Amino acid sequence: MGMFEAILLTVITAATPLLLAAIGELVVERSGVLNLGVEGMMILGAVMGFAAAQATGSPYAGALCAMLAGMTLALLFGFLTIHLVANQVATGLALTLLGLGLAGMIGEAFVGRPGVRLQAIDIPVLSDLPVVGRILFGQDLLVYISLALVAAVTYVLFHTRVGLVIRAVGDNHGSAHALGVSVRKVRYLAVLFGGACAGLAGGYLSLAYTPQWIEGMTAGRGWIALALVVFATWRPLRLLAGAYLFGAVGIMQFHAQAHGFGIPSQFLSALPYAATIAVLVIISRNRILTRINTPACLGRPFVPDR
Amino acid sequence: MTATTPTDPPAIGRDRQGDILLEARGITKRFGDILANDDVSIALRAGEIHALLGENGAGKSTLVKILYGALEPNGGTLHWQGREVTIASPAEARKLGIGMVFQHFSLFEALTVAENIALALPRGTAMRELSARIREVSRDYGLTLDPQAIVADLPVGIRQRIEIVRCLLQEPQLIIMDEPTSVLTPQEADQLFLTLERLTLEGCAILYISHRLEEVKRICHHATVMRHGKVISECDPARETAASLARMMVGSAVHDLKRGPRPDAGAVRLELRGLSAPADGPFSVAIDTVDLQVRGGEVVAIAGIAGNGQGELFDLVSGERLSSSGSVQIDGQAAGRSGITARRRAGAAFVPEERLGHGAVPGLRLSENIVLTRHSTGDGLVRGGFVDTDRAGELEKRIKNNFGVRMSHDDAEARALSGGNLQKFVIGRELDRQPGVLVVNQPTWGVDAGAAALIRQELIDLSRQGSAVLVISQDLDEIFEIADRIAVISRGHLSEAEPAETMTRERIGLLMGGMEDRQGGATHAA
Amino acid sequence: MRLELEKRAEHSAAMALLSPVIALALTLVSGAILFAALGQNPARALYVFFIDPLTASWSLQELVVKATPLILIGVGLAVCYLSNTWNIGGEGQFTAGALAGSILPILFAGFESPLTLPLMLLMGVAGGMAWAAIPAFLKVRFGTNEILTSLMLVYIAQLLLDWLVRGPWRDPAGFNFPESRMFTAAATLPALADGRMHVGAIFALIAVAALAVVLMKTRKGFEIRVLGQAPRAGRFAGFSQNRMVWFAFLLAGGLAGLAGISEVSGSINQLTPVISPGYGFTAIIVAFLGRLNPIGILFSGLLLALSYLGGEAAQVALGISDKTTRVFQGMLLFYVLACDTLILYRIRLGGPAATGKGA
Repeated sequence: MGMFEAILLTVITAATPLLLAAIGELVVERSGVLNLGVEGMMILGAVMGFAAAQATGSPYAGALCAMLAGMTLALLFGFLTIHLVANQVATGLALTLLGLGLAGMIGEAFVGRPGVRLQAIDIPVLSDLPVVGRILFGQDLLVYISLALVAAVTYVLFHTRVGLVIRAVGDNHGSAHALGVSVRKVRYLAVLFGGACAGLAGGYLSLAYTPQWIEGMTAGRGWIALALVVFATWRPLRLLAGAYLFGAVGIMQFHAQAHGFGIPSQFLSALPYAATIAVLVIISRNRILTRINTPACLGRPFVPDR
Repeated sequence: MTATTPTDPPAIGRDRQGDILLEARGITKRFGDILANDDVSIALRAGEIHALLGENGAGKSTLVKILYGALEPNGGTLHWQGREVTIASPAEARKLGIGMVFQHFSLFEALTVAENIALALPRGTAMRELSARIREVSRDYGLTLDPQAIVADLPVGIRQRIEIVRCLLQEPQLIIMDEPTSVLTPQEADQLFLTLERLTLEGCAILYISHRLEEVKRICHHATVMRHGKVISECDPARETAASLARMMVGSAVHDLKRGPRPDAGAVRLELRGLSAPADGPFSVAIDTVDLQVRGGEVVAIAGIAGNGQGELFDLVSGERLSSSGSVQIDGQAAGRSGITARRRAGAAFVPEERLGHGAVPGLRLSENIVLTRHSTGDGLVRGGFVDTDRAGELEKRIKNNFGVRMSHDDAEARALSGGNLQKFVIGRELDRQPGVLVVNQPTWGVDAGAAALIRQELIDLSRQGSAVLVISQDLDEIFEIADRIAVISRGHLSEAEPAETMTRERIGLLMGGMEDRQGGATHAA
Repeated sequence: MRLELEKRAEHSAAMALLSPVIALALTLVSGAILFAALGQNPARALYVFFIDPLTASWSLQELVVKATPLILIGVGLAVCYLSNTWNIGGEGQFTAGALAGSILPILFAGFESPLTLPLMLLMGVAGGMAWAAIPAFLKVRFGTNEILTSLMLVYIAQLLLDWLVRGPWRDPAGFNFPESRMFTAAATLPALADGRMHVGAIFALIAVAALAVVLMKTRKGFEIRVLGQAPRAGRFAGFSQNRMVWFAFLLAGGLAGLAGISEVSGSINQLTPVISPGYGFTAIIVAFLGRLNPIGILFSGLLLALSYLGGEAAQVALGISDKTTRVFQGMLLFYVLACDTLILYRIRLGGPAATGKGA
């Protein structure tokens, strides 16, 4: 395996958790809800996925459990923000803090234990192709799922009635309500979908990326996913590009560290965070672009007058 | 008076021959302690335009929402073609054949025309097919639409077309229209009336909500009048006068305004010269070289359809936003480069369109809301950086008493006041200063007739004391009632102000549509 | 059953006071259930967690030591949240303050004078402000979302600290441990009484008192509330949103920086790779539990400091992970936010048929 191929492979693994978490949040925000708790849902997904994989020996059971964990937290968030119209920003922060706390508590028993690794699926013959073989046809299932999700979300959002309803609710919840759309139901479902995706993204970390449990192993990826959604101006295909770009930035630091270059490792570790700030600045400089694309009801509470 | 009580059979009126389509019997709806609908009954017939009249807060919107399934009544029954029905959601209403054209458009700005329409139609309509049908129906009714256009890019008149076409595509038997002409030029309204006429000939029933009495007299076959949540009377509007209809709505004679003679032209107190600013974002209008002089002693009104730059112009005059070019002068002093606080200090006062959230902070008490605009105007409200709450309380009592602001308890939070009372407060807060220049955007929007009359009288009185009053309004009746001179704003450009006596509604309509020579010449383009 | 909200005409003053209390009660009930699930006697566990630490003088002092940064950061964040500025990077500003304040005692250890401490404190404040100025600038200049930028800067500040204590600032005589040199006496905040409590607690009290006056009595406080509740009305009043973003960020950053250098100089006495158990994040909870009111924050700061001590006590006495502290804190914020709904709404429970609907 050549150097180039190795780097590409690691970029894919680094990008996948970002992509999974961000594609879920994209749908949530399209429906008008801002869930800042991605980091919390992710880390609970990571620890629960690890735990379930340990208990059953199956990484797929782990992935499923990770999704359920994310959805449980998302449901809590939904109840507060959709039913009790609590401030979405503050509730999202609460979700992150609670998720980090719960994961830390649950994970204590798993520190240092070897995990169950999600195996790559080698598609016979194809994965043996030179250069592209391993990259295109030798990934684990979740990589394919993340890509399929991007395609599915693109299709559903822009070519189906369900997607139209989601966008309508995010654009003007009052009008959607007047037309008889159940705004709360749509938002609950979107928030749950976002929770499942974030949980799965966490599960990917503890099952595939580094198959073990490390306290705080999400390391801000949930927040970066949130920034990616803004960066992508709420469009799935741009999100795909953004996630792979950030995957590359993350991997660059590893390779740079491996090769030395004399740059302190902390500086390289700070790269993804600095890059996040940089892309946010670049995208927000174009205010017209952001304002046209931002779901108009994002973060705004809705109380039906019934 | 030819009105009858609702218990009498509606014997009077033109022949009411159509079959009863929808009947509501004894509808009651309560919001907390307020009885919004109290035993309301109404019968809507095929082929008939049925007016629903009443002041703001009379319970019209509540009734309509119940008929459309958007609200659930606490009591009473609904009957569709003689059969008792429950209308649990707008979707069910649509299934029965009830369509609705909303007053504040229920449109989605970020979506296309076709997508907006698809949302109101049953599932499984293919987009391509739908676009074709939209083109067909809009052509049939003379309501041209481009299905692929994004709503945010379209002017209000077109947006209403979307609402109407959306409604027509559902092939409804009953169409509910809430204040449909409030956003239209007189010419656009005429076009709408033709469409309505055609629909009634096709056997459609129309429930028409409006407070424009002339237009109700002209097109409606029957009227139900509501007041304080109850049906007060039914009548044939063609046989009433606008004054008798108004009496039924308000419950007492509406007092005429005392205008007094217009004093000789005073000095120019507010002058805008070449005021311009680019659009402040994708949903805003650019202001294009506005020139205007307002003299002491006169009321100048700016007419225009919503969304033609009224709010943007207000922001530039008030100093909330600074213009990119041109000048603002208050009493001869240049103020165009200074912010709103300096302009207030120069003797100007401002009342914006939005009461809650712009003119007042919803969660703050009235006394605190006084500090909002008067913290730097020498009223002694702030001393050495500290807010004098006693002084604010004094002012609050004075304004409350002088302007008849009513509330459930003393010094309530702004959000607890009714629209009319809050409007009296935000205008009273500025009038209390005796400003030399007053700029008001939509002074009586959504305010009941009693409060509206009071506010209009106060504006006239202020001008007669020598102040310059500039009123921006969408309500032509109001403008003709109070204005000495009238200008029209259209797509961010202001026509030359002309004496009210020589202005006609037709001419204003043309100016609203931008059908006027840019130089403001008196050439009619029609 | 259906849960519906009914808007109150005005905010409920009673609920504004009661909501944190209800939230606390709900947290304790949930805590009891959690302890039971962990196989503990809930009553005993709650006692160990929340009462035991209050029974000894040393632990009361420790309570104040832990409450000091929480309150200092919390009141600053309260000003941010009241003005609708979402600074969640208190932890980073705390770290930056600690770093800037430590320049003197680490790089100029020989400089011992009565000016040393005041200079350190000033530099701490300046460091926190500088760190907070980044998201403020980006927000004002480019409209960049301050939530994400202020948070990203937390990670960067922590990595900067990590690099310094392992690299240039590592104590040459420290056996290669990742620690800076110990601060000299001239660079140590004086203790109060005879124990761990230090002068930082006084700073916190002053900050609480000063901000209570500013928020309740002054024009600045009025401006903060107006811009936070209705930005459009704020502009109409002639207040500048951009200046408020600067004000809120610089104030919160300065206070967090002060908390950072006070903690390092008064409590830890050197820089280590980890100088905070998440004070900057817990302070978000402190701010909300205290209903964004400085006096309320004084109490909520003490309460959340107690949750840290309780976690440690429970670990020692019951063998429960001290990570439960974080769970408690997270639950508390959740309940506070849920209960705050009651301030503006009444809750109605009932089936759809209960209202005697027609037809």
